Amino acid sequence: MREIYLDNSATTKVIPEAVEAMLEACQIKYGNPSSLHGKGIEAEKIIRETRERIAGFLNCSSKEIFFTSGGTEANNWAVFKAAEKLKRFGKHIITTSIEHSSVLEPIKELEGRGFEVTYLSPSKEGIISLEELKRELRPDTILVSIMHANNETGALQPVFEAAEIIKNISHRAFFHVDAVQSFGKVNIDLKKERGIDFLSISAHKIHGPKGIGALFIREGLNISPFLLGGEQEGKMRAGTENLPGIAGFGAALKGLENNVEAHWEKIKELKERFVRGIKDGIRDVIINGPLDNRALPHIVNVSFPGVKGEVLVHFLEQWGIYISTGSACHSRGGSVSHVLKAMGLKREALEGAVRVSFSALNSQEEVDFAVEKFREAVEELRSL
Amino acid sequence: MSGVILVRYGEIGLKGKNRIYFERMLINNIRRSLGDLQGIEVTREHGRLYVKHEDQPGKVIERLRRVFGIVSLSPARVVLLDMEAVKKGALDEVKDNLRSGDTFKVETKRANKKFPYQSPEINSMVGEYILKNIEGLKVDVKNPLYTVKIEIRENSAYIYSTSYLAPGGLPVGATGKGGLMISGGIDSPVAGWLAMKRGVEIIGIHFHSFPFTSERSKEKVVELCRVLATYGGPIKLFVVPFTRLQSEIKKNCPEKFYVTIMRRMMFRIAQKIALREGCTVLFTGENLGQVASQTLESMAVIERVVDMPVLRPLITMDKLEIIEKAKEIGTYDISIEPYEDCCTLFVPKHPATKPRLDEVEKAEENVSDYEVLVEEAVEKAESILVAPKEGVL
Repeated sequence: MREIYLDNSATTKVIPEAVEAMLEACQIKYGNPSSLHGKGIEAEKIIRETRERIAGFLNCSSKEIFFTSGGTEANNWAVFKAAEKLKRFGKHIITTSIEHSSVLEPIKELEGRGFEVTYLSPSKEGIISLEELKRELRPDTILVSIMHANNETGALQPVFEAAEIIKNISHRAFFHVDAVQSFGKVNIDLKKERGIDFLSISAHKIHGPKGIGALFIREGLNISPFLLGGEQEGKMRAGTENLPGIAGFGAALKGLENNVEAHWEKIKELKERFVRGIKDGIRDVIINGPLDNRALPHIVNVSFPGVKGEVLVHFLEQWGIYISTGSACHSRGGSVSHVLKAMGLKREALEGAVRVSFSALNSQEEVDFAVEKFREAVEELRSL
Repeated sequence: MSGVILVRYGEIGLKGKNRIYFERMLINNIRRSLGDLQGIEVTREHGRLYVKHEDQPGKVIERLRRVFGIVSLSPARVVLLDMEAVKKGALDEVKDNLRSGDTFKVETKRANKKFPYQSPEINSMVGEYILKNIEGLKVDVKNPLYTVKIEIRENSAYIYSTSYLAPGGLPVGATGKGGLMISGGIDSPVAGWLAMKRGVEIIGIHFHSFPFTSERSKEKVVELCRVLATYGGPIKLFVVPFTRLQSEIKKNCPEKFYVTIMRRMMFRIAQKIALREGCTVLFTGENLGQVASQTLESMAVIERVVDMPVLRPLITMDKLEIIEKAKEIGTYDISIEPYEDCCTLFVPKHPATKPRLDEVEKAEENVSDYEVLVEEAVEKAESILVAPKEGVL
């Protein structure tokens, strides 16, 4: 059966270049980067190259990039260690109600330890308001954490403007940006965006392997290490490096260099074709979140009232079409999406929401096939 | 590593002429359950089984504790029929477990009357030897902390001090074969376990409504069968495609009878598969009063469609008792994973709790050609042979 993978914000297929780089790191350059001998040096070189490539991509120093086991670890690190660093100046944290759970849960944990948290709520379109942020910033605010793009709706949050506001109002507060979804889709210039102190990224959303990500920590912040017990990552994150992961990360990123805008246009075209197709072919379609450039080019969240999202997911599966309900990380939890709920969606739209997300590996022909099958599925399910 | 485990079986020893048959079956089941371990040898002697092995004792014990028919077991030391050897063996058995101040006693059974000492003599000689070698111990024959048991048998002596309880019951396969209607829920695996405990070999029959339910809900049932298989050996599972019938029922029948009619279709299909597989009964996890289809009236109307006896081991249990059992046998954590199974979709808001047979039969006629659909479901059922789950459960 053919496979049409439209769940690229859950994860992406690893491109052959990345697989090759990983194989090489497993079979040829398999040394421990900490070893003194030649095997160690050639392994260390892979790490250095990837680190520099990421730094180049984000326009920061390679000394500011720390590899982690992925976006979740990067988010945990930033939230916990930032709060720890500044807790003597205050205990107020600002975040949004639409963050990924790897930000929300650590913050909830801090709430239990006596921190006070303000959750910014999104508009109907899933975008937070800078006015609200301004209002909520206080002298004792020590951390603000806002995602760059939401993983369920694709809605881009005004993080660059937020960075300015935070630094103008509260000189002290750290600003963390979870850029796991937007990395590789949108250019981020950290030299220009001085107000961003931490930024989390992950490889598996950009056709790299799972289990590898990184945290940008701005130089001079004096943040404490996340894992102790070794000299790796400048003593900030001990543990023998995930060399194959880092090699794959580097190779995946190489494909995106100088290519971000073209990439955006290509995926956006696929998404627009899809949205046009389902709107023309199916009655009663609700798009959750913005469709213009205020959203990532590859995610569309859509509800078909009368159809349960989970059932639609399985129905499409029989034709090899893979999509997601809500967000993959909690769609198995059996509860409705906290993001869509925060946006004030009505029950019917909530239960029926599915997320379709494209990548540059999808074709227009695949999109047309998917639209046709969406039409068939929704019609069949509504007739029951 | 080598050792012997003493296996006691209770009930099957009482079964008159069938005893040999049951014992043989138990031995076969033990051999099957230990089949992949090192150096297994099973022998029978005087109403006991002795399992010799060269594997990790913990692993062997863990497996044996899941074999129905076994009441209890004790890992034993085997020594030569020689008083010095018996003394040393007994000392080895206690020395890691007893500390200064503890009390113990020695209990001997001398089945082999050729052994030159009598039981009381052996008790005191071994007791003395232990007292001499470990400081600060005391003998207490009435209420000892620790009892060392010695059995003097035909060719060797066995020394042991710990017993593990096993589930009892009858060897799986000894009483027949039954079809278990298994959902992904908490109840049906427990019903299957109880059937197996009474010696029934089961096959699983599961109704799958893809794409209304996910591939994961099927995996969940396979996983449940893997746990059950650790008790009774590999289980044949039939996964019946049920979507077609379900949508026909939904399209053509009054909402309040969805569940009743759906269950009737399931029973029809289950009986056909069960007959083909040589089963004589059906088992379900039904439990009186738990949901609309489990009232006495519903069960009567549903059961009408089959000739086979339908056995419901959980019928009088409380939900909490079932949950307790599910936790004990290791199926609970799998059952509570949240994937929807086919019973939770297509559920009407107000199902009939006291359906009338004539009304249901009439409503059912609206599903034209349901016999054909039933037959089709039986034909298309996927059969999976599920092997026992590995590792510590």
